[in-house]
Amino acid sequence: MKKVFGRPQSMKGNIFHYCAGCGHSIAHRLIAEVIDELDIRGITIGVPPAGCAVLAYNYFDIDMIEAQHGRGPATATGIKRALPDRIVFSYQGDGDLAAIGIAESFHAANRGENITVIFMNNAVYGMTGGQMAPTSILGQKTTTSSAGRENVLDGYPIQVSEIFSLLPGTAYIERCTVNSPANILKTKKAIRKSFQYQIDGIGFSLIEILSPCPTNWKMTPIDSCRWIDEVMSKQFPLGVIKDVPAEAAKERKEREPKS
Amino acid sequence: MNKVLMQGNKIIAEAAIRAGCLFYAGYPITPQNEIPEYMSERLRQVKGGVFVQSESEIAAIHMVIGASAAGARSMTSSSSPGISLKQEGISSLAACELPAVIVNMMRGGPGLGNICPAQGDYFQATRGGGHGDYRVIVLGPDSAQELADLTMDAFELADRYRTPVMILADGMMGQMMEPVVFKKPKPRDYPESFIMKGAGAGKSKIIRGLILDPLEMEEHNWRLHRKYELIAQKETRHELYKADDAEIIIVAYGTGARIAEGAIKRLREAGLRAGLFRPISLWPFPTNELRDLAKKVENFLVFEMSTGQMVEDVRLAIQGRARIGFHGRPGGVVPTPIELANVIGRLYDRKEGIIDRIV
Repeated sequence: MKKVFGRPQSMKGNIFHYCAGCGHSIAHRLIAEVIDELDIRGITIGVPPAGCAVLAYNYFDIDMIEAQHGRGPATATGIKRALPDRIVFSYQGDGDLAAIGIAESFHAANRGENITVIFMNNAVYGMTGGQMAPTSILGQKTTTSSAGRENVLDGYPIQVSEIFSLLPGTAYIERCTVNSPANILKTKKAIRKSFQYQIDGIGFSLIEILSPCPTNWKMTPIDSCRWIDEVMSKQFPLGVIKDVPAEAAKERKEREPKS
Repeated sequence: MNKVLMQGNKIIAEAAIRAGCLFYAGYPITPQNEIPEYMSERLRQVKGGVFVQSESEIAAIHMVIGASAAGARSMTSSSSPGISLKQEGISSLAACELPAVIVNMMRGGPGLGNICPAQGDYFQATRGGGHGDYRVIVLGPDSAQELADLTMDAFELADRYRTPVMILADGMMGQMMEPVVFKKPKPRDYPESFIMKGAGAGKSKIIRGLILDPLEMEEHNWRLHRKYELIAQKETRHELYKADDAEIIIVAYGTGARIAEGAIKRLREAGLRAGLFRPISLWPFPTNELRDLAKKVENFLVFEMSTGQMVEDVRLAIQGRARIGFHGRPGGVVPTPIELANVIGRLYDRKEGIIDRIV
């Protein structure tokens, strides 16, 4: 009998500790599938964050070095600069990337480090129990914004991908989500492209993944997926935000004389 | 290798390059800017050399973590406020058992303080500095030659014990020029198995400081502790100066020890029998060696460019076996040898046991 579905080689087979309906396990699997497909397991080094995904190294069967909260892109920079032929990615949450580690993330992007950043945006601090995140939506109720996020007190949700796309150092930025089979496939395509770009030496990629957090959103997994469609993706529109190689190719094509 | 005249900060940088340092990340702060400047030039000339001017001190130390894990001899440098920022990463280096060298060219503090030479970071350096139960090997050079030698030694110690090592000097050591001879560095001896470079066809590796099970974390702490005990046994360093017949011993390190030597020369000329005990390793502190000295010397005067930090280690070492006095000039004031000689001279004149109280 032909085997049509199995565990990626780049995964250890441990059972995920993530809550039911959480996006991390899907994102983990997609990354592992991409690593397998590109045949880069032996040369890939991952940098998991502080937060729910701190235990990512229990699931990925690749070399991993845990970073302190927010410092993933700095640690990844050190690895990539010391070993330029390795494939290096950081895996970061919204608090990690857009609050405590925004400097490290922004400057790694600005330097155009040839790394991939997987940015899990669930608009909430998950592991610590659902506090307001830099990407929480205005009006979103959290344990530190019980009346809902208010811009006058709490500022606005940070559009990380749009802001980073303004940096000349970034090569590829796409915002995806994992709330439906179709979106999961799109997310995988984006992850694959970001790793391929890194292999090709093209530079800094950031894949933002809008990720459900039913536990802290206090919703069912199904409602969480719906909330991403109805609310979250209105604040954080899905799609390619920047793709330097694709844009350059398009420009070249347009300049070609029509025969 | 010929003798060359160089500035302290550049000596550290050159010694690091010669020791095979391949990765430096740092952020500008006075009075150590010549280190990143020199490294940015020299690392360009070295095969595989990487210099990154980081966006912050925090980023620098975390870049060092990455590079160290990836197998490069790695260094960062800063001065007091910047070292405070690095503590998160230094704690991680200790937890994850990664080698790295950190240079602190101390300046006056607390807070932003000033940019003058001071020794107020002794507690921070020798007590770990960041959160958690760990120690950092701390070396306190007092000359250009030691800046070179101890920097090279620091890389070796960091590798041997897989732990961060700090060079603790001050703005004066960094800025002054002195002749130096660079010794021939030993080739690096660091097992491949500790290096994270991708799993290849083999088993994947994890480097982490997070250990959620308290019993497992406890064992990790004890394991680190046993390592620190071994370091304390084997890596303690100190130097004596005119201590053989001394009636009073000055205990001082780094720039403070240089001033003390000048004071001792003057006191000796006046017929007063003063000597120096100079800890070179500040952690591990040369406790036993100082205690032995207290068997034959009754009077100790601790001199620091602070309000008194190392004096606590001196008390712990001497344990009431001798009298201990203290003279301190914090905040970036560098006293002259004459000032220190006068302080000791006045104590000496009182005769009834030079230092008059046990502290």
